[in-house]
Amino acid sequence: MSGVMVITGARKGLGRHLAEHYLARGWQVAGCSRGESDLKNAAYTHFQADASDEAAVVRMVRAVANTHGRIDALLNNAGLAAMNHLLLTPQSAVRSLFDTNFLGTFLFLREVAKVMVRQKQGRIVNFTSVAVPLDLEGEAVYASSKAAVESLTRIAAREFGPLGLTVNAVGPTPVPTDLIKAVPAVKIAALVARQAIARTGEPRDVANVVDFFLNPQSDFITGQIVYLGGIAN
Amino acid sequence: MKEQITQLICAALQDLGEEMNLPGLAGATPDTSLFGAKSLLDSMALVSLIADLEDRLAREFGRDLVLADERAMSQVRSPFRSVDSLATHIEARLRESSGS
Repeated sequence: MSGVMVITGARKGLGRHLAEHYLARGWQVAGCSRGESDLKNAAYTHFQADASDEAAVVRMVRAVANTHGRIDALLNNAGLAAMNHLLLTPQSAVRSLFDTNFLGTFLFLREVAKVMVRQKQGRIVNFTSVAVPLDLEGEAVYASSKAAVESLTRIAAREFGPLGLTVNAVGPTPVPTDLIKAVPAVKIAALVARQAIARTGEPRDVANVVDFFLNPQSDFITGQIVYLGGIAN
Repeated sequence: MKEQITQLICAALQDLGEEMNLPGLAGATPDTSLFGAKSLLDSMALVSLIADLEDRLAREFGRDLVLADERAMSQVRSPFRSVDSLATHIEARLRESSGS
């Protein structure tokens, strides 16, 4: 399968890997991040946009739809992570995490779905985390923001199902990217030890699940949350 | 401007009617109800109409509007109740965003 894809948080980490993965498979990819991208590919367009800025999201999605005439897939990857004890968590950190992780996911989902509703098909993949089912200490705000993404995923799947769209989410284990570089190694090791398969994730593990959600034959798969590493909810 | 917007909404309703096999939408007028007991549209059709209208408005007027914004959703009388009320809402939003 190939077509037109929007990837949020595409400048680095998982988003960058996914952009390269799908470019290599013939997709037209529009990525965004707050900063500039050095990804050079004729089929790649980068937008400097904050995922939680409604006007910027509307502008980007309409620009992509006008250029390509359609949007076939959305990878709602942009996310922030932070670890802190609840008693040491400032309000500003809560707002910042929810702005990017939940509000950003919501805005892209809403705007891209408007395009997909017109074409009566589309695949939306949101990004959650094993931090939700594991109830990790120190990740109350991060896990809560991702739990909100999971509820959004399930309800969007029901609202968009009759309109021909699927909405699913992938929940990676820790993948060595900038997202978790500030998390102490001992915390990562303890988390990995709780998985059925005790290793950190690789970008290819995440891409594999996304491939499955995008597969044309997955049109009866929606509202699902798939965790990596053998974590169950 | 409002006449132009009304025509645009009626054209969107006509296309929606053809697509969803609702011939009653072909003759949409400013009084046509968009939701409620008198409306031919169910909630899915209304969602499709709003998504389509935002796209048509962007093409026609070059403005990226989100029609279901805070003000629209907080009004006691919804601007989405009829073609005429929606045209009034859109006109106000367009004049606002153009600064006129």
